Amino acid sequence: MSGTGNIVTPLPFPTLARRELGDQQLRHNLRKATHTIRDKRLRVVGEVPDWEQLRMAGAAIKDDVLARLPSLLEQFEAAATAAGATVHWARDAAEACAVVADLVLATGTAEVVKVKSMATQEIGLNEALEAVGIHAVETDLAELIVQLADDTPSHILVPAIHYNRTQIRDIFLERMPGVDASSLTDDPPALAEAARRHLRARFLSTKVGISGANFAIADTGTLTVVESEGNGRMCLTLPETLISVVGIEKLLPTFADLEVFLQLLPRSSTGERMNPYTSLWTGVTPGDGPQTVHIVLVDNGRTDTLADPVGRQALRCIRCSACLNVCPVYERVGGHAYGSVYPGPIGAILSPQMSGEGANRTLPYASTLCGACFDACPVRIDIPQVLVHLRQSGVDASRGRPSAERTAMRTMSYVMRDRRRYAAALRAARRGAAPLRLVAGRRGALRRLPWPLSAWTSVRDAPLPPKQTFREWWTREHSS
Amino acid sequence: MRIALFVTCVNDLMFPDTGKAVVTVLERLGHQVEFPLDQTCCGQMHANSGYRAETLPLVDNFVRTFSAYDAIVAPSASCVAMVRESYPRLAPSPALESVASRTFELSEFLVDRLGVTDVGARFPHRVTYHPTCHGLRMLRLGDRPRQLLEAVEGLTLSPLSGAEECCGFGGTFALKNPGVSGAMLADKCAAVCDTGAEYLAAADNSCLTHIGGGLSRSSAPVTPIHYAQILASR
Repeated sequence: MSGTGNIVTPLPFPTLARRELGDQQLRHNLRKATHTIRDKRLRVVGEVPDWEQLRMAGAAIKDDVLARLPSLLEQFEAAATAAGATVHWARDAAEACAVVADLVLATGTAEVVKVKSMATQEIGLNEALEAVGIHAVETDLAELIVQLADDTPSHILVPAIHYNRTQIRDIFLERMPGVDASSLTDDPPALAEAARRHLRARFLSTKVGISGANFAIADTGTLTVVESEGNGRMCLTLPETLISVVGIEKLLPTFADLEVFLQLLPRSSTGERMNPYTSLWTGVTPGDGPQTVHIVLVDNGRTDTLADPVGRQALRCIRCSACLNVCPVYERVGGHAYGSVYPGPIGAILSPQMSGEGANRTLPYASTLCGACFDACPVRIDIPQVLVHLRQSGVDASRGRPSAERTAMRTMSYVMRDRRRYAAALRAARRGAAPLRLVAGRRGALRRLPWPLSAWTSVRDAPLPPKQTFREWWTREHSS
Repeated sequence: MRIALFVTCVNDLMFPDTGKAVVTVLERLGHQVEFPLDQTCCGQMHANSGYRAETLPLVDNFVRTFSAYDAIVAPSASCVAMVRESYPRLAPSPALESVASRTFELSEFLVDRLGVTDVGARFPHRVTYHPTCHGLRMLRLGDRPRQLLEAVEGLTLSPLSGAEECCGFGGTFALKNPGVSGAMLADKCAAVCDTGAEYLAAADNSCLTHIGGGLSRSSAPVTPIHYAQILASR
């Protein structure tokens, strides 16, 4: 069953990328932010002598989870239920939203506080709750900024990465109820203080908290949230009811497996040795924390992704964002260009697989295959390999439909599989280009070519072939 | 040892001097080089664009052409990465894996197989080196090309800031996403110009065509050159 919700890009990547590229402020903000996190990550990863072994362990544990997902899910359900939680299952975004909306409506409350969560962004939960009259308050600082700005997140870990602090102050001044305009500067502590005042009242009064989970432990039924601010901890402990939306791939077999992932995740994501808050809860603890605990396990295209032997490695992802921060394409266009809540290299392989064929067709091409993402990935997802694999699937699925690219590729393949045809083609190319020398510039370079090569000469000159190919030279040299 | 030059299709047509340079360097070191004329293209563009069926005949042709040689040497990191990393995934067979394991990028062959870093070259110029992505992250060439360049008489190597960042070429990416490719190119060109080097060297003429095209468009006084041609100079 294909995934639905905010994982399908409304427009092709090149169209959205062109729009984002025009925003100079965005380019500047992204460059500064990604380079800062990139450098921090490199520093703290370099401190760990067994980093490569940790990556291999992380990949192996996740592969084990994927290999026996059905039985581990049942084990998790049994353990969580025994601990007092109620487990729900949802096949897609609409089902998951309906489950959560019904649970909230049953409490009679009109407002919920939210822990930062990709799963709820993926299923479009806030919009779904709004539709039934429930207001969801994002409490992660960056998610709050995005929500106040009526915007969408542009990064998995740093949803407001596309804003600088001056822009954030302007958003607060314009949109934050009761903000003290006279004292609000663009100093980060001042901005954090304003958010704290705004949120504190909500934490103390709201009856329902909604979260995702970084990890779900099969043998104990425990959920884990890893965060920096402590606002998540507030939402996880103060409300009477806690509803957690969890993708089915979030499982780890045993509690001890956290040892590997709590080392991999903070260093890869925020570039910290350890994250400030790690919350773990197992069902209900009488008299302590939420007394009603629900867990909604969401498929939304994950089972389809699991069926692909090459593509399924994308389900190892622990949403650290290291691949976004090192990606030269992401750095130039930002997350909105990818259209899905999962942007960057991981989004380019995850969104098309989750949404199924037909949607997100341009995303696997949103990469130069430079490989920086694979090197940074803490669970060794070979993103370039999956990108090429998805390009293959796309090409195979559209066989039979006319395409100029396919004709060109076929012709080149036909010519190049035979030495005589190939040599003749080189000769023809060399001779055909000869008249162009007359219009070439000082360096023998062409400044303008017709479509489709106009895309090349839009920003760079094109060279002309010299008067002799290598094989012509070699044959002449060795003819005696 | 029978050494075959795999010149690559891009070099055959556009950069014959790079192929000649590989022959010059290897002959200077006392080796005989053969050029099997049956060679054509490794199929990287087809494979990376998703055209698997169109790639397979080119894989077959490569394996047939080069199976008799002890070492296949190519002046292109990305074509060697295609042969060594992608071929076994596309069409695994013992014959293919054997040929793939004997295919080397020039610096690997010189430094690892021949144990040479000083090839007796002279190039009295300021040079900066861009480690191309597939050489850096697929072949893990590391500092091999730099070792070779540092041993060249008269050559001054200027460090390139952000060297490990992609230049934005990416094969058909440059045509499918020209704006993003151009933005990456602009940053790479700026970093190259900041070095004050006269020459920009790399292990891939495809990336050099892209960066060189950007430098030429802005009339920057930097000349792109394959590092093999520096090693061939005296």
